[in-house]
Amino acid sequence: MPLAPGTSHTSDFAGRSWSEAWTEGRDTPGDCIPPSMVAPPSPPPPPPDPQFVLRGARSAVHALHFCGGAQGQGHPLLLSGSLHGLVHIWSLQTRRVLATLDGHAGKCVTWLQTLPPGPQLLSQGRDLRMHVWDLAEGRNAIVDSVCLESVGFCRGSVLACGPQRWMLAMPGKGGDEVQILEMPSKTSVCSLKPEAEARPGMPMCLQLWQADSSPLPLLLAGYEDGSVALWDVSARKVCSRVACHEEPVMGLDFDSQKARGVSGSAEKALAVWSLDEQRALQVHGTHQLTNPGVADVRIRPDHRLLATAGWDHRIRVFHWRTMKPLAVLAFHSAAVHCLAFATDGLLAAGSGDQRISVWSLYPRM
Amino acid sequence: MKSRGMDPVLSTVRLTVREAVHTLSSSEDGGCIFSTLGSLKRYLGETENPALPEEQEEFARIHFSTFLRCLVGKLSPDWLELLPDGQLEELWASFFLEGPADQAFLVLMEAIEGAASPSFRLMKMARLLARFLSAGRMAAVMEGQCRQQTEPAFSLLQETLLSKVVGLPDHLGNRLQRENLAGFFPQNYFPLLGEELLQALHVVVESLRGGLDCSVSFLSQVLGKACVHGRQKELLGVLVPRLTALTQGSCLWQRVCWRLVERVPDRAMEAVLTGLVEAASGPEVLSWLLGNLVMKSKKAQFVMTQKLLFLQYRYTTPVLRSLLGYLAMDSQRRPLLIQALKELLETWGSSSAIRRAPLAQQHYISKAILVCLAHLGEAELQDCRDELLASLMAGVQSHLDSSLPAVRRLGMIVAEVASAQIHPEGPPLRFQYEEDELTRELLALATPQPAADSPSEAGPPVAPVTAETTNEEMVSSGGPQAQPEGSDSELDSDDEFVPYDMSGDTELRSSKAPVYVRDCVEALTTSENWERWEATLRALEGLIFRSPAATQEVSVELAKVLLHLEEKTGVAGFEALRQRALVAVTVTDPVRVAEYLTTQFYALNYSLRQRMDILDVLTLAAQELSRPGRRQKPPQRGPPGPGPQPGSPATPAWQAVVEERIRSKTRRVSKGSAGQGPAADPNKFNSVAGYFFFPLIQLFDRPLVTFDLLGDDQLVLGRLVHTLGALMYLSVNTMVAVPMGKALLEFVWALRFHGDIYVRQGLLSAVSSVLLSVPAERLLADLPDELLEAQSWLADVAQKDPDEDCRTLAIKALLLLEKLRDKLLPPPPP
Repeated sequence: MPLAPGTSHTSDFAGRSWSEAWTEGRDTPGDCIPPSMVAPPSPPPPPPDPQFVLRGARSAVHALHFCGGAQGQGHPLLLSGSLHGLVHIWSLQTRRVLATLDGHAGKCVTWLQTLPPGPQLLSQGRDLRMHVWDLAEGRNAIVDSVCLESVGFCRGSVLACGPQRWMLAMPGKGGDEVQILEMPSKTSVCSLKPEAEARPGMPMCLQLWQADSSPLPLLLAGYEDGSVALWDVSARKVCSRVACHEEPVMGLDFDSQKARGVSGSAEKALAVWSLDEQRALQVHGTHQLTNPGVADVRIRPDHRLLATAGWDHRIRVFHWRTMKPLAVLAFHSAAVHCLAFATDGLLAAGSGDQRISVWSLYPRM
Repeated sequence: MKSRGMDPVLSTVRLTVREAVHTLSSSEDGGCIFSTLGSLKRYLGETENPALPEEQEEFARIHFSTFLRCLVGKLSPDWLELLPDGQLEELWASFFLEGPADQAFLVLMEAIEGAASPSFRLMKMARLLARFLSAGRMAAVMEGQCRQQTEPAFSLLQETLLSKVVGLPDHLGNRLQRENLAGFFPQNYFPLLGEELLQALHVVVESLRGGLDCSVSFLSQVLGKACVHGRQKELLGVLVPRLTALTQGSCLWQRVCWRLVERVPDRAMEAVLTGLVEAASGPEVLSWLLGNLVMKSKKAQFVMTQKLLFLQYRYTTPVLRSLLGYLAMDSQRRPLLIQALKELLETWGSSSAIRRAPLAQQHYISKAILVCLAHLGEAELQDCRDELLASLMAGVQSHLDSSLPAVRRLGMIVAEVASAQIHPEGPPLRFQYEEDELTRELLALATPQPAADSPSEAGPPVAPVTAETTNEEMVSSGGPQAQPEGSDSELDSDDEFVPYDMSGDTELRSSKAPVYVRDCVEALTTSENWERWEATLRALEGLIFRSPAATQEVSVELAKVLLHLEEKTGVAGFEALRQRALVAVTVTDPVRVAEYLTTQFYALNYSLRQRMDILDVLTLAAQELSRPGRRQKPPQRGPPGPGPQPGSPATPAWQAVVEERIRSKTRRVSKGSAGQGPAADPNKFNSVAGYFFFPLIQLFDRPLVTFDLLGDDQLVLGRLVHTLGALMYLSVNTMVAVPMGKALLEFVWALRFHGDIYVRQGLLSAVSSVLLSVPAERLLADLPDELLEAQSWLADVAQKDPDEDCRTLAIKALLLLEKLRDKLLPPPPP
C-alpha cells in the first residue's frame, strides 16, 4: 500500500513548497497526489543497470542476434559472434551458453541472422565465408556456405521473398559493389555497382527492405565517404543518394513505417534522414554526441526507441520520434560493437570487454 | 504740414486723458467712472466707433502707461464695488488685456513689485497677470518687439522687458511667496513661454511672407536668457518638436530658425546649443534648426566641437550621434568633423588623460571616435591617415598598459574599429575581450546608422516581400512534412518516457591518471604522453587532498613544477586546474610552500603572469586555510574531475533516493536543529599568516633587472597591494594581525601618491582591511600616528581623487574609522 502522503512527510520537510504542494494536492477532491509528483520537479532517476550480463564469450563480441522462441522451444535465445570466430548460443532463461559453433576458422564473426524457414542461422565471418547453419533439434551443422569476395567490415542483409526463398545482400567484389543473391539457390541476381563518377568508396552497411506499397526490394547502403544511397534492386540503379557524414557510415537502421532512418559514423554526430514519395532521401537533422564514433544503430521493433553503440563504451538511448536523449548507459569498459533488440523490447549490447549486457528499458505497455 | 495737422489730435487726446484721470481720481459715482472709461476705450479700437488711427497711436505711445498706472492706483475693494456685478472690474481689466501688450505687461509687473506684500491689490494684479498670460498676450508682447525698429532709447526698454519676461516666475515667486499661482511656476510658465515664442515666430514668418521687415533678435534674447537660467528642458521641450515639424517642409521657416539661433547672444549660446542638441531627435533635425551656424559663429563652433566633445561627458549616445551627424551632414561642416576626429584621437591616446580622466569620460570620447569614424569616408580619412594612425597607435599602447580592465577593453575596441577604417588594406586587428552590454553598444556605434526617415520609406516595400517568402516557404515545406508528422502524432504516446540522469555523459579520456602524488611530479615533468599529462593535471587536486602526508614530502618540488608548468596542449581550463592544484599544495604544506612562493615572487626570470599567479595562489590558499570547518567539507569547486570512477557519479543520486525513503518512513517525535553549526576548529591560518605576509611586503622597493615594481610593473604592484590587503583581512583574529597592520600602514603611507588608479584602489582597500582586522584597542594603542595620517589622506582622496571607485573606497574606509571611534568612546549619558 502506498504511504498516505502527509502522515510523515510534513514533519520532515520544513520547506514551504512541500507543504503548499501537499495542501494543494489534498484540495482536489478524491485525488491524492504524492508530494514528489507535484513540486519540486524530482531530479532525473539515476541511470539504470543492466538486467543481466553474459560473460564467457572469451573475446570481443562483434555480432548479436535475438532468436525468438517462436518455434515452440519456448525460451528466446541470444546468439553472439566473437572476435575469435565462435558463435555462442545463449539461453535467456538460464543465462548460460547452450552451444558454441566454430565455423569461421578463428576469424571474427561479424554478422548473425536467423532465416525465416525454421531454425536456420546465417553467420558471416572475416574468413570470407558465410555459413548457413541448421540448428533444429539440437543440431549444429553447416548446411551451406557462400564465399564472400570482400574483406571489409560490411555486414550482409536478408529479405524474405517467399516461404522458402530469401534475398541476401552482401559486399561484392571490386571494393565498391554490393552483390545480391537469391537464396537458398545462391544464384547471383545482380551486383549493384555505383556509377563511375560517384566514387562512394566501399559499402559499409546494408539494409534490404520492401515498401508496403510495392513488392520491389529496395536496398539502403551506407558508404565509406559518409553518404547513404537508396538502390532500387530490380532496376539496379540508385534512386537517391545523400551525404550524411564526413566519415564512413558505420551503421544504419531504417523505420519503414515513418519512412525515416538514422545512421551513425566515425564522427560525433548521428544523422536522421527521411525518404519521400519520390524515393528521395533528405537529411532531416543531425544529433550531436559527446564522443565520436558510433559502431551500430538500432531502432526497437516497435519504432519507439533508438539505441546507438558508441566507441566511447557507452550505449545511448533516444526517443526515436523526437530524438530526445533518454539514457546514457555507461556499463562497458571497452567500445560497444553491436546491438540487438528482441521483439519484446529487450536490448543486448556486445562490447570489446568480452561482455554482453542485456537491458530492459521502457518496457512496452 | 504734418506736425501742424497733428497738433489738434494731440491736444484732444491729451485733454480727454487728463479729464478722465481727473474724473477717476475724484469721482465716487460709478456711472460716471464707467462712462469715462468707456470713452477712453475708443482709443484702443475694437469698439463700434473707434477713434482716428492717429489718435489711437498717440494714446498708445504717450498716455497709455500713465493711464494704466492711474488705474492701478485706484484699485481697491470699495472702488470696484461702485457698480454691481463686477462691471467696473471687467472694464478695468480690459484696458490691460486689450491695450498695447508691452506697456500693459510692464505696468503690471511694476504694480506687482510695488504692492504691499500680502494685499488685496497684489492678489488682484497677480490674477490679472495670470489672465494676461492665459489670453496669449505674451505673444503680443514679443511680436511688438519684433516689429519695432531699433531706436537708441528703445534698447534699454527692451532690456527691462527681457528681464521681466524671463524673470517672471522668480519675481512672482518672491512677491507672492506661498500664495503663488500655479501658472507662475517655472515648470508651467516656460512651456507657455515656448508656445508664445512659437506664436510670435508665426507672426514673423507671416509678415516676412507679406514682405515686411522683422527682427527676431528679441526672441533670440528671450530664448538665450531662458536657457541660461537653466530652463532648456521646459522651453525647448515645447519648441523643438514644433519647430522640427515646421522647418521640415519650409525653407522660410528654416531661415527664420537659423536667424533665431544666430542672434542668440554669445554668452547664452552654449546654453541654447546644448539644449537644442539634447532636444533634437536626430542629426537632420539639428541641421534644419541650426543650418551652418557652426561656420558663422565662432562661439557656436567652440561649443559644438570642443565643449560638447571634450569638456563635458554627460550626454547620452543619441545626443552624441546627432551632434556628430549634424557635423557630417553638410560638405561645409565636414572639415570640422575631421578636425574633431583628429583632436579626439589625440586626447584618447594621451597617456596622461588615460591616467587622470574619469572612466566615464574616456568612454564618452571613445564613443565619439567611433561615431566620427562611422561618418567619415575612406577618401577623407586617407588625407590625414598618417596623423590619425600615429595617435591611434600611441593610444592603443597606453590603453593596453593600463591596469584597469575597462580601459584596456576600450583600447581594444577602438583600435579594432579604427584600424579597420583608417587602414582598410592592412591586416585586420583582432583582440580577445569579453562581450558584454558595453562592447556591444560600442561596436554598434561603429556601423553607420541609416538616415532616420529611410526606414519609413523602405518599410512598405519590404513587408510584402517577406510575407511572400514566408508563404512560399510554408507551401514548399508543408507538403513533405505534413505526412510524417501526421502519421507520427496518432501513433505515439511516448511522452511518458522519462529520461534518465545523463550527467555522467562526459568526454571520454582513455589515459589513466597516476594514483600517487609522487608520480604526478614525474608525469608532469617528463611525460610525453599528453593524455596522461592532462589526466594528471586534472586528478592532482583530489590526490593532494586525499593524501596530505605524501604531499608534504614533495610539496616544494610539486609547487615548483606547477609554477613552471606551461600549457602545451589546448587543455580546457588549464589555468584554473593549475591554480587549484597549487592552492591545494599550499594549503597542505603552508609554511614551506609559502616560503618558496614568496621568495620566487621576488626572484629573477619570472614572467609577470607567473608573479601574479603566485599572488593569486597565496590569497586563495590563505582564504582556504582561514575558512572555519574546512575539514568537514572538502572543497567542491568547479566541475568534478574527469574520468569519473565507476559508480561515483551515481552516488549522490542513490544517496538522495535512500535518504528520501528513510525520511518518508520515519516518524520523528521531536525535531532538533537539523544541522549543527560548523564545528569549532582552530584557525589554520593563525600560525602561518606571517609566512605569507612578511616576505611579500619586505622587498617591494628593490628593483631587479627584469622586475621593477615601482617602475613599469605597476600592474603587479597593484596586484601585490590587493593581495596584501586580502591577507590582512583574512588574518582577522590572529596573533600577528597587529604587526601586520603596522607594516601594511607603513607600506600604504609610502605609496599613497601612486599615479595608478588600480594601485590606489588596492591601497585604500588595504587600509580598510587593517581597520577591520586589527583589534580597535591595539590600533589606538600601537598605531595612533599612522591612523591620523591615514585619516587625513583618506579625507583628501575622498574629495579629490579623479576615480570614482577610489573616492568610494576612501569614504568606506573613513566610515570604518568613524565606527572605530564610536566603539571606543563610551556613548554619552542620556
